[in-house]
Amino acid sequence: MAVNYDIKDLQRWDAVIREKVEEFGLDCFPQEFEVCDHHQMLTAMAYSGMPSHYPHWSYGKSYERQKTMYDHGVSGLPYEMVINSDPSIAYLMSDNSLCLQILTIAHVYGHNDFFKNNFTFDHIRAEHVVGQFKSHADRVRQYVESPSIGEEKVERWLDSAHALSFQCRRNPGIRKLGREEQEDWLHKQSQPPHDPFSAIHKPVETEEPDLHKFPLEPEEDILLFIRDHNPRLEDWQRDILTIVHDEAMYFLPQIETKTINEGWACYWHRAIMNALELPADIHMEFLVRHNQVVRPTPGSINPYNLGLNLWDDIERRYTDPSPAEADLIPDMGKPARDKLFEIRETDRDVSFLRRFLTEECMRKADLFEHQKKGNERVITKVSDEENWQDVKETLLRFTGTGSMPVISIIDADCDGARTMLLRHAFDGRELQMEYAEKALRYIHHLWGRKVVLETRLQEEEILWTYGDEGFGQQSVH
Amino acid sequence: MATGKSTTGNAGGAVFRPYSPSQSRQSDRSASDRLRHRAKIREAIRDNIADIVAEEAIIGRSGDTIVKVPIRGIKEYRFVYGDNSGQVGQGDGDSQPGQVVGKDQDGQGQPQQGGDEPGVDYYETDISIDELVDLMFEDLELPDMERKALKQTIAQRTTRRKGYRRAGIRAHLDKKRTMKSRIRRKVATLPNGNGGDNHMAITTPDAGGGGRFRFHKGDMRYRRRKPDIAYESNAVVICIMDTSGSMDTTKKYLARSFFFLLYQFVRTRYDTIDLVFVAHDAKASEVSEDDFFHKGESGGTLISSGYAKALEIIAERYHPSLWNVYAFHCSDGDNFEYDNPKAIKLAKELCDSCNLFGYGEIKPDTGLFGQSSMLKKFEEIKSDNYQAVSIKGKEDVWSSFKAFLSKERKAEQS
Repeated sequence: MAVNYDIKDLQRWDAVIREKVEEFGLDCFPQEFEVCDHHQMLTAMAYSGMPSHYPHWSYGKSYERQKTMYDHGVSGLPYEMVINSDPSIAYLMSDNSLCLQILTIAHVYGHNDFFKNNFTFDHIRAEHVVGQFKSHADRVRQYVESPSIGEEKVERWLDSAHALSFQCRRNPGIRKLGREEQEDWLHKQSQPPHDPFSAIHKPVETEEPDLHKFPLEPEEDILLFIRDHNPRLEDWQRDILTIVHDEAMYFLPQIETKTINEGWACYWHRAIMNALELPADIHMEFLVRHNQVVRPTPGSINPYNLGLNLWDDIERRYTDPSPAEADLIPDMGKPARDKLFEIRETDRDVSFLRRFLTEECMRKADLFEHQKKGNERVITKVSDEENWQDVKETLLRFTGTGSMPVISIIDADCDGARTMLLRHAFDGRELQMEYAEKALRYIHHLWGRKVVLETRLQEEEILWTYGDEGFGQQSVH
Repeated sequence: MATGKSTTGNAGGAVFRPYSPSQSRQSDRSASDRLRHRAKIREAIRDNIADIVAEEAIIGRSGDTIVKVPIRGIKEYRFVYGDNSGQVGQGDGDSQPGQVVGKDQDGQGQPQQGGDEPGVDYYETDISIDELVDLMFEDLELPDMERKALKQTIAQRTTRRKGYRRAGIRAHLDKKRTMKSRIRRKVATLPNGNGGDNHMAITTPDAGGGGRFRFHKGDMRYRRRKPDIAYESNAVVICIMDTSGSMDTTKKYLARSFFFLLYQFVRTRYDTIDLVFVAHDAKASEVSEDDFFHKGESGGTLISSGYAKALEIIAERYHPSLWNVYAFHCSDGDNFEYDNPKAIKLAKELCDSCNLFGYGEIKPDTGLFGQSSMLKKFEEIKSDNYQAVSIKGKEDVWSSFKAFLSKERKAEQS
């Protein structure tokens, strides 16, 4: 690959960019860049950028899919890939032009700052991430190589665990109550509210909570629950459930902050690039590339586009509000950038969109709602005066982890034979049946006993079961 | 880790690790996962082989051609939402209600099967014909191959198990023996090793009290493999195809599909087998494989001519005492009436000189009555080594082919 720069040039540009980064007040982890070719990039993408990762065929599939798309020109490779760790590691494609490398480096610092400061990443100990993934890899490989376990068993167990990895609590920031605390809590709930006149009122009948129920409260962490309460698991099986759960917890915040994070990085790479005194040819190329990245992609939603537009709009509101807006805005008079830094700390996609996606922005982005009609998807609502709030609600429902159904364990022993009852929190969206059937089979594999899922399909409450005899369906009446 | 490459950092700045091509080639860490995924795809292909074989794209191509094979993707199932609710998309500025924004994923190019299966996404995978043929012919072989005199040719170079050893690659690990030697070592290392009551010692769990008794490198036993060469007798496969005018495009296509499979099968499985191609209408001639698969002819049908030609070739070059002879004939059975007795007589003769004589009658359902069928007439051939099938459409090609060549055929007959 003939490129007209070398590593020294990159370092020089990095130094200038860092100056700007500090000037703007971005607060980053130390940064490491690894220059790689397209093959290494594809590999890095398959393993989410982790320098080491446990083996599983699904990563081979992911590699093949990316490669096919790349080879056929369906999608290019990302210019950059950056992982949330301390120090942060980013990959640069060796055959990118100098302009792209500068752009990418600036973009990476945006992500880096976001990872370090956004609240959704608080529970991740960034300095241990790489080591943690390495330890996972070592442990899984050890099980694969152990003569008493072997590749096939490990693979089947991982298949099942992967299917449920995101069936977990959505907000790791909220502390999980222990058994005793749960009992106390239920007890408190069952007592009547404090009544200063209890002396003259008739005593209220109270019912003791049923403490034999198990779990006491609906449990969303399916993998952890099975790990802790299936008595027949072996150590390596428990360990793999832990590993898969831990990795899901690492990726969860990135799912929750796709739009806001990409928008933030785009906002800063543009600010940095404009502040650098770039040679004219590089600057022209930058404008072209930047527009390629942040232009809307009709049909779906480009998070780079939506995110950047929102950040820009927020900045505009704080610097140059319309008279109507001026009254509504809290903390008016605060410097706009301060406000932006505050938002990057306290928001994730759902709250970011809910708070800042205005009718104006939605119309500008031409957001619409589409539904299935026959074999086609047809626009039902556009962002006009009448419907924009509906469209926004729909968008919010599919934002972040909202695109994954919430399913919780209601009762792990509903018939005395350890049959597990699960409930899908129905919000109008039905489960895809083929996938649900297979996913139930995976829970059955992990739990080792019959599993029952309560959900709704075509206005009717139904139960899907998976037991030794296979899949079954019955309606509830 | 101290490496040769220069990891350079400037004061307070980022660390840059330069690109080194050799590093890239060494560390192909996704290789094994890709291999495993590939293996899963092969399994999926094998499950759908009958559908794939009938694809037009496959018939008549050479081995290194890469074809696209539609297979059901190896899916990773999770709980996901169906499509009963709305979703949000972005337009290019003037979207209006009622506008169609896309097809449903399952709507495209897929035959209507079970409307209640949304999102059954078929994806295509690249596979070379050789690879496909390998998969297809896994459990097939030429039946009743006999040992004949004259030259014996090397048919297969494989390896065979022979004994065990202490070093080897993981794929050859013999788990049972490894376990045994571990137990043996465990017993030997027990503290009260006076050898008096060993069986007691074995049943005492973890007499040492120190947790699990680990495998040691010395416990490992590996299977040893030794090269093995299999010899095979001489064999010839004679393909006889009706190319008369009554064989329309569909029929010819079916016949060619059948022979193409046969040809691929023989070519991949038996390096040293001769193939002879005979095309006949009212008279027969021996043709090259290229002509056989690609040239059309026309005229009346005298099946006997094809058989006579085959017998002539056998007599001339492939004497049954020295050769295993397999003859396959595909026709629509639309023979001139006066030729039938002769055809039956020659068919019987073929049965006598061949290990297997197969007749495939190609009769697409055209709804026409009164078509003559040789299947009926050939019923009087009672030889064990005569086999007839009827091919009605694309989907029968594979099953009839299997009927001829399955290993199980022998078992059923005996």
